[in-house]
Amino acid sequence: MASKVTRREFIRDGVAAFTISFAAPAFLVDIARAQGAVSRNLVVIYLAGGNDALSTVIPYNDPFYYSRRPNIAIPAGQVLQVGTDGAGKAVGLHPKLTGLQTIFNQGHLAIIQRAGYQNSSRSHFQGTDIWGTADPGNPSANGWLGRYLDTLPSPIDPLAGWNTSGATYRALTGVNLSVPSITDPRSYSFASPNSGAEAIAERNSAIRLASLAGNRSNLAFVNTSAIEAFATLDRVGAVVGYQPSVTYPNNGFGQALKTVAGSIAKGIGTRVYWVQTGGFDTHSGQGNAGAGTYGNLMTTVGDGLLAFHNDLQNQGLLNSTLMIEFSEFGRRITENGSQGTDHGAGGLMFAIGGAVKGGIYGTAADLNPKADNPTLENSGNDVTYETDFRSVYAKVLDGWLGADSTAILGGNFRTGAPTFI
Amino acid sequence: MQSGNTLLDHLFRRAGFGASTADLQAVNGLSYASAVDYFVDFDKQPDDVDSKIGATDSVGITSRGPFSPSTAIDDARQLWLFRMVHTRRPLQEKMALFWHNHFGVGYSKVAGVVGAVEGTKMMANRPGETPGPPGHYELLRQKGLGRFRDLLIAVAQDPAMLVFLDGRTNTKAQPQENFGREVMELFTWGLGHYVEADVYAAARVFTGWNLRNVPGANAQDPAAYREFVYNANQHDTTAKTFTFPISGGSNTIPARSAAAGVQDGIDLLTSLANHPETARRLARKLWSFFVSDLDAPDSSFVEGAADVYLRNDTDMRAVLRYLLTSRWFTGPSNVNARYSWPVEYVVRAIKEIGWTGFSVDSARVPLTNMGQTLFEPPNVAGWQLGRAWFGTGAMLARMNFAATLASNQKFNLARSFSTGERSQPDRVLNGMLQRLTPAPYETNETTELLNYLNASGPWTGSDAQMNAKAAGLARLIAGSGEYQFV
Repeated sequence: MASKVTRREFIRDGVAAFTISFAAPAFLVDIARAQGAVSRNLVVIYLAGGNDALSTVIPYNDPFYYSRRPNIAIPAGQVLQVGTDGAGKAVGLHPKLTGLQTIFNQGHLAIIQRAGYQNSSRSHFQGTDIWGTADPGNPSANGWLGRYLDTLPSPIDPLAGWNTSGATYRALTGVNLSVPSITDPRSYSFASPNSGAEAIAERNSAIRLASLAGNRSNLAFVNTSAIEAFATLDRVGAVVGYQPSVTYPNNGFGQALKTVAGSIAKGIGTRVYWVQTGGFDTHSGQGNAGAGTYGNLMTTVGDGLLAFHNDLQNQGLLNSTLMIEFSEFGRRITENGSQGTDHGAGGLMFAIGGAVKGGIYGTAADLNPKADNPTLENSGNDVTYETDFRSVYAKVLDGWLGADSTAILGGNFRTGAPTFI
Repeated sequence: MQSGNTLLDHLFRRAGFGASTADLQAVNGLSYASAVDYFVDFDKQPDDVDSKIGATDSVGITSRGPFSPSTAIDDARQLWLFRMVHTRRPLQEKMALFWHNHFGVGYSKVAGVVGAVEGTKMMANRPGETPGPPGHYELLRQKGLGRFRDLLIAVAQDPAMLVFLDGRTNTKAQPQENFGREVMELFTWGLGHYVEADVYAAARVFTGWNLRNVPGANAQDPAAYREFVYNANQHDTTAKTFTFPISGGSNTIPARSAAAGVQDGIDLLTSLANHPETARRLARKLWSFFVSDLDAPDSSFVEGAADVYLRNDTDMRAVLRYLLTSRWFTGPSNVNARYSWPVEYVVRAIKEIGWTGFSVDSARVPLTNMGQTLFEPPNVAGWQLGRAWFGTGAMLARMNFAATLASNQKFNLARSFSTGERSQPDRVLNGMLQRLTPAPYETNETTELLNYLNASGPWTGSDAQMNAKAAGLARLIAGSGEYQFV
């Protein structure tokens, strides 16, 4: 492989670091363009830990919401109004979600109530894997996003997916690719103990060495991650200089969304982004009157998403971007003795974007723990699902990404899908 | 360092963090069985590693004010890395790392509740350094090779765990399910052996397992601490029935007086620790950690290790001795058959490339970029292992750490070669491959490494050339795929 150093050589911490360009990346950039640098993006947002859906979208006229949550319920007067759901039940947003209310009022937010699946797992890890694989029967398979990316024409651009978190998620695992985990584009550069021609010689050797795994598949897996790092340095480096049109919140979630916006704005070719923010396993101390721990979580989510929404909108990119939010389960209806909530069942999804048909989809649960209440399960302890989360995935795959959801999801889940796009 | 004995090198990579020259001297002349004893009977070597901090021949630490590993979490991270580099008890640190991943307690949540100073104490208080119980990591270090049952009970009463999984707020009026669930799903036998009703019952068992607060003058006062307390008046004294037998044979823990109720938790933890499914699950996790994460656990190994565990009253030392002398561990197909964890990678690179003038603090941020921040597993299930360590960003972070370290050690590396070695590039390569321990290269790869030494000018062996090439070669090897396996 011929190679040349093109730009940006500098010294940092006594180590020469530079970004490079060589024959393969130009080729890969072409592939990226062919695969849709100008087409649609999907940003998947994961609220890690099991988001308490009943504190996000609040059934503020349900007396059982208050009787079962005497300490942590959001007072009706604080709830942000978004109207009533299809069954005429009034619901409102958490008071710290002013950002989401702004998006809702522009018609760009779809709230999908009671998303989940039958026999919902109360385990974080099994639950996350089920949402990741879209297969409750085989949660150790490849992920739904990985399976989608596998359908792209070969060779698949190593940057077709971009995981902004440091962890690896089942949703992103596929056969033909390993989605890169790039938490901070600024540290995504190549370093050498030497500089100049000596560093170039070393880098060339590193690339050739990484191509010699032959049929040693585990070695090849590691070497591929090195080769793909070399091949994507320039494009990721381009994101470092991104100047957003708004100020993003200075927290991990906000900064990750800023990176995604930069990547979309620079047109580097990524189709699927993964962004997560944690802290939702609120077994204790959720806070009251809309303040405290859960309120802080909502501020992070609402302010980050509003900044991202507005930044994309300002640049004419909102119509080509779809955000989908999920969490691995909802939480128990009745608060525990720690002013928190334990693991429950049915949850909540959002879809946000310029092409989204905003509104409230599905119906809120009736929180009365009577025996014949079909909206609850587990002896009235948990909210039962109404919309199969796989139907939402099907809508995203068919209606947004132009893929065949039946092939990717291993079945037809189109029936009953909310019509948010 | 290569010892010249493939099996011994394997033992050092798996039961320790690779070998420095001092490590090899400690086992010089020992048979393999005796070398295993050196690791497993770790307490025959003194626990004197902390006394080497600040010595001129030790890796450096970087302190911001007094070095305070009991009260400042970044110092605790440095201390653990320092111990991994210089300990004479490698398996003790290795098992502490294994259990850290197993129990998954993270500093951020703990510190979010009790503040940074006390949060660090809960994670890493060195016994006696500040008032209060030893930190979570110190507890894992003390009990990691003892009986699992004792470890499990100690962790259930560990202040860090009582904060992390909210046991501190578990009361009889409204039981808190977090610990009761994870102790079955993650710490013992795993999904499939219990139902939701068991989670509720387990939550009630641990009602009243709370914390007692000994406040200090202010949030920065290192004298403040919290310790386990059994709050009898917050314990649910009624009987708890499970879908499985509690030790003794009945499925029910009987109603007890409030004063005697702490025994409920001891009973449940004891029966979970003693259960064959827990033995098997630990055996599978030990397989993935010590034997191979390329191949699924061999069922004969799982049954064998579980049997040793049960016959020896859950003693991990017996299990580790069985494992390290088993045909699965010593079989050639399992050498270099595990993806290294970032801390293993970093510590082995330091031991092999060198550390004079290098600070372990320089590894902290790279480790985060590689996906492993000590005291901060991503969740209670620990880190995602194996191939999950090798995203492009993480691999780049490994290569760049190798560059940072090789750059720092440039002159030491160059000077380590004799006049005879530096006369020929293939002798330089051979010398470097004595020093570093990648999985074996194939001929075309060795040729590529030689091509690097011969690139950009004729070989002279000059100081300038050695300074550049030795560091570049160390970076290439430590950044190569072969070096990512242990």
